[in-house]
Amino acid sequence: MPIATSRLAIASAALIAFAATSNGALAQKKYDSGATDTEIKIGNIMPYSGPASAYGVIGKTEEAYFKKINAEGGINGRKITFISYDDTYSPPKTVEQARKLVESDEVLLVFNPLGTPPNSAIQKYLNSKKVPQLFVATGATKWNDPKNFPWTMGWQPNYQSETQIYAKYILKEKPNAKIAVLYQNDDYGKDYLKGFKDGLGAKAASMIVIEESYEVSEPTIDSHIVKMKSTGADVFINITTPKFAAQAIKKNAEIGWKPLHFLNNVSASIGSVIKPAGMENAQDIISSQYLKDPTDAQWKDDPGMKAWNAFLDKYYPEANRADASVIFGYTVAQGLVHVLKACGDDLTRENVMKQAANIKNLELEGLLPGIKVNTSPTDFAPISQVQLIKFKGETWERFGEILSGDVGG
Amino acid sequence: MSAAAEDAVTEAPAVEAVPKRAMTLGTGTSLVILAALLVTPIFVKNFVVFQMTMVMIYGIAVLALNILTGGSGQFSLGQSAFYALGAYTSAVLMEVANVNYALTLPIAGLVSFGAGYLFGKPALRLSGIYLALATFALAVAMPQLLKLHFLEAWTGGVQGLTVMKPDAPFGLPIGQDKWLYYFTLAISLAIYIGSINLLRSRSGRAFMSIRDNEIAASAMGVDVAQYKTLAFGVSAGITGIAGGLSAIVVAFVAPDSYTINLAIALFLGMVVGGVGWLPGSFVGAAFIIFVPNIAESISKGLSGAVFGVLLFLVIFLVPHGARQVAMVAQHLLGKLTKKN
Repeated sequence: MPIATSRLAIASAALIAFAATSNGALAQKKYDSGATDTEIKIGNIMPYSGPASAYGVIGKTEEAYFKKINAEGGINGRKITFISYDDTYSPPKTVEQARKLVESDEVLLVFNPLGTPPNSAIQKYLNSKKVPQLFVATGATKWNDPKNFPWTMGWQPNYQSETQIYAKYILKEKPNAKIAVLYQNDDYGKDYLKGFKDGLGAKAASMIVIEESYEVSEPTIDSHIVKMKSTGADVFINITTPKFAAQAIKKNAEIGWKPLHFLNNVSASIGSVIKPAGMENAQDIISSQYLKDPTDAQWKDDPGMKAWNAFLDKYYPEANRADASVIFGYTVAQGLVHVLKACGDDLTRENVMKQAANIKNLELEGLLPGIKVNTSPTDFAPISQVQLIKFKGETWERFGEILSGDVGG
Repeated sequence: MSAAAEDAVTEAPAVEAVPKRAMTLGTGTSLVILAALLVTPIFVKNFVVFQMTMVMIYGIAVLALNILTGGSGQFSLGQSAFYALGAYTSAVLMEVANVNYALTLPIAGLVSFGAGYLFGKPALRLSGIYLALATFALAVAMPQLLKLHFLEAWTGGVQGLTVMKPDAPFGLPIGQDKWLYYFTLAISLAIYIGSINLLRSRSGRAFMSIRDNEIAASAMGVDVAQYKTLAFGVSAGITGIAGGLSAIVVAFVAPDSYTINLAIALFLGMVVGGVGWLPGSFVGAAFIIFVPNIAESISKGLSGAVFGVLLFLVIFLVPHGARQVAMVAQHLLGKLTKKN
């Protein structure tokens, strides 16, 4: 049947040609639920109320930033619809809200949900649904685990790598130190402590003379400081949140305890910690940073910070500029915009993860000079560089080189 | 008789007496609601099925508090502690000891019952608001106890514990969410019927006599301390089962899930549902799950304030909660049928 064969051949050739062209067309525009020609739906979960409500500012900043992006024409012509829900920092509520975002609002991805317990609660669900859990707002170490959780990606340098850097510094500069550690008794404090002990390695047992913990509900930590001083320690690892960090700095000065003081990055804000504690009491404190501190005078004429200020003036004028959460939210929102731009017209969940895992030397306005965002299919820790800083006069002085401390999940 | 005892006799009881029959719904109404609950999951999204499952779970916990407060007249702000205990018992048994999820629930109930009974023994020397404060302390302490270092191998410490979500058994062709919905519905039903029978039994009458007047009850030969402790234990046990269910359905437990906020939410659910009216427990549970979402959709920054206003309206307009609404509805319905 030659005729039939040739017909078949023509038909199949036509079919192949058609498939090829339609493939080409599809490659140009591919969508998963949550993305269309005009819109990209982004889901987010924040503690707007409850014990961690101070962080709700991050969600508000992100919302304001996407408003700015939309006002300037959106991303490749598509407007961002930012749907942000309150979980009150309670994991069962986080699960409810994540399911609402995925199953009812049908968002393309869940962006920057905050807190270690809330993120832990939704990680399995989002991975089983193959919905990106992108740039989570927590410093825990476990988010960099692309093998087991290919749909979850961290963002900021993790807590453990930060204290590892301090440990390395101490081992090099002060090998015979007697170390006192003060930490908050929760996931954040314990993560920092673990990183520090890992960093000291076998010497941890002999070098650490006291490990004090406090509860976040305590009104003051003065008694802990007095106790630590009495051990004769000459290095102080201060793993506390801003209110307590300020108390610790002040109390140290009051009782005349002058150890080599390491302050965790969580509390390295001049506006909310150093100023209340007194500049003169904070001299020579060592910390580390990856974001610019907006309350630090050295960034007054920095173009990145000028852009940030202009953005706040127009889109979020009531923001408290001394709050580190504002610059955090701004920077991570820029990170997301970068990924979505890179996706082009292929707005599938798979491509979002692919582009997020392929960021090369991205510099953002809020990051310290020299610190770059880098990811790869095996590295889901976007920001893993920090720089040591020392408080001198009225600002943080950066010293040493940009340090990297990747700790795998 | 001392002056204090005389006071106690003349003082109005802390909780308004609810007649026995008014504690439940009529059989017909109950069957209609049950039928509705059985069919709804077929028509709605999985996410809504999940929310309804959570309503039932919180409903069981509110019911447990209702037995304690509405039944025996004692207050507790510590229900979150027993809820946490049940949740952790289930989660640890499932993840560490590989026990079947359904089997963990009775164990969770027993552990919580034991804890409630033991806690009740000394605490019940206190009464009224002092008992509420003692249980409040328990609720505050629980999250920290769960973080203890030497328990970390089992509890996962501050990081919590992720639980495997069970599939439907016997190869039933329904999804995890729907299966857990029916599973929870069956357990809720069993607990609901069991609670009604308990309150109608000899023990239930003893509870209520204590609620109405302790001295009269003891004069009639009711062992007040014994029955108060029992009520506390039963309430804790049922709360533990609810906690265990929540661990299975949410598939995650962490200390931060069981803070004092949860205890207050349960208390709120009871008041909104109507103290002493068992079906109201589920209405109250729906209130504590859905109204915060409504408040949030009205204003994100002021969601707490909006929630407060809504709550105030409910308390102001219907001080007896859902019970009052149901009674008015029943009354109107009765008038209509008479006319016809």
